[in-house]
Amino acid sequence: MKKGQAHIRWGEFLIETLIRVTGVSAIFFVALILVFLLREAAPALVQVPLSNLLGTRWYPIEEYFGLVPLILGSLWVTFGAVVIAVPLGLATAVFIREIAPGWVREILKPLIEVLAGIPSVVLGFLGWVAVAPLVQNLLGAPTGLTILTGSLMLAYMALPTIISISEDAIDAVPKSYRDGALALGATHWQTIWRVVIPAARSGVLMAVMLGIGRAIGETMAVMMVTGNAPTIPRGLSAFLKPARTMTATIAAEMGEVAQGSTHYHVLFAIGFVLFLITLLVNIAAAVLMLRQERGGRGRLLG
Amino acid sequence: MPRTRAMVILPLVGCLLLVSLAGCSGGAAQPPPAEAAGGFTIQNKGSDTLVNLALAWAERYTALHPEVRIAVTGGGSGTGIAALINGTVHIANASRKIKSEEVEQARANGIEPVEHVVAADAIAIVVHPHNPVDRLTIPQLSAIFSGKITNWKEVGGEDRPIVTLSRETNSGTHVFFLEEVVRQGRKDDKTLFSPETLLMPSSEGISSEIRRNPNAIGYDGLGYVTPDQKVIAVARDERGPYILPSIETVHNGTYPIARDLYMYTAGEPTGIIKEYLDWIRTPEAQAIVAELGFVPIIKH
Repeated sequence: MKKGQAHIRWGEFLIETLIRVTGVSAIFFVALILVFLLREAAPALVQVPLSNLLGTRWYPIEEYFGLVPLILGSLWVTFGAVVIAVPLGLATAVFIREIAPGWVREILKPLIEVLAGIPSVVLGFLGWVAVAPLVQNLLGAPTGLTILTGSLMLAYMALPTIISISEDAIDAVPKSYRDGALALGATHWQTIWRVVIPAARSGVLMAVMLGIGRAIGETMAVMMVTGNAPTIPRGLSAFLKPARTMTATIAAEMGEVAQGSTHYHVLFAIGFVLFLITLLVNIAAAVLMLRQERGGRGRLLG
Repeated sequence: MPRTRAMVILPLVGCLLLVSLAGCSGGAAQPPPAEAAGGFTIQNKGSDTLVNLALAWAERYTALHPEVRIAVTGGGSGTGIAALINGTVHIANASRKIKSEEVEQARANGIEPVEHVVAADAIAIVVHPHNPVDRLTIPQLSAIFSGKITNWKEVGGEDRPIVTLSRETNSGTHVFFLEEVVRQGRKDDKTLFSPETLLMPSSEGISSEIRRNPNAIGYDGLGYVTPDQKVIAVARDERGPYILPSIETVHNGTYPIARDLYMYTAGEPTGIIKEYLDWIRTPEAQAIVAELGFVPIIKH
């Protein structure tokens, strides 16, 4: 009897420990990555004057390490992607949850999951072969490899994330809200637009945040379709011009650099900036999620 | 109570293990052993311009010497030289000369790079087949790629914007083009590529954009020019003569944008690597050079 109990305790203890280790190791690995990034990025600040790092020219083989075009390039491509993907994603989520009959929903949901599974290099190739010529011929851009092309591909990639998370948010809106709205004489559309979406807004915002996170970190497709020219985007017409993102810069140049060179450290500094941006976006999403959990009800009054 | 203590200790042990592993990976780079079990594997990496040629050589050589294995990868001249400096390859392919900073970095790692000329190459200037422009001078090319000329009508073409294409900055072709064309061979010239220049990750990227975009102008090794691109005749200045790139015009020195292609080894090559490099200079290996559209080296 006693022996048997000890046996169970040992098994439980092992499993508990294992789970604990895996849980702690996730935090530990993130911390390790942060330390490594900082250690490799810090020499860049010492070796390169700040005026150079904040310059507008990126041409590393001649020691021009201006990060501004790369940061702006990433932000513009991501911004374009969000502007395209959010309305589409939200509309799709509303359609799936509120309008589509059951059998359509059953077909659409797995299809959207398949969309999420397409490798980015395949999308990049599609963008290169199919979307870039369209952008050039229909919109009259000098080349099809533009910010807009990148934004379109990223929007496509961020869509599954945005759809499934805003769908969950809409699903979480209590049925009583809908019933109440309909009972008050609101039409189906008025219920969706005035009641369901406002009630789900923090979840929808979180979907947007995670969509941004997905878009800003994407590398391969962006490298293939944005032309990689480190220009400073100015005005709306910049969407029809090429740009170079932070991720594409790291991917294209990391293989080239000698370990320990200034260029190597600057690439890590770019990685650090990217890490900070995604961290901020994730923190914002987490804060929104907390708020949603706490105050899901009664939001309509506010 | 003892249970809780063990729970704290176990993850800690794991952490310590990981930290020590992470510490080890930062240590000195070790060159891979050439004599792996079951034969020799020569690690060969670098210039994308040279990669097809290096592959063809490797294929022929390993057919002649089945005991030798040669692993060829591309990535760019800078990538190959960085790998040589980091001690991960035996032979680095480069379409440009090694830079003095790279030599210093190599010496700091205890590696003395040795240069071997293995072939020559012409850089062809290519445009869309429908582009009416068929000749340009080096100063015109410099103005186009540095962004001073931005419309084709300024060089006798249609009223279209010019889109300049280049390889990434880790490409030896990029560096060679910067020095010899954009800066026109002047050492004190600090002209740069226009920031609007599209930087393509591969030769294929350049040729397919050239094929579909009538605004585009690009450059690439002669071996990579396909028949559906239009090659521009180039002159040193407006007095001419305008010359198209070919083996003859490179050998007789009339085509202005030609260069040598290199392989670099860590120290003087010995044994199997030396035999391979010696074979590359034989007429048999140089015949492959011409087959692939490059320019064989000739004994002066």
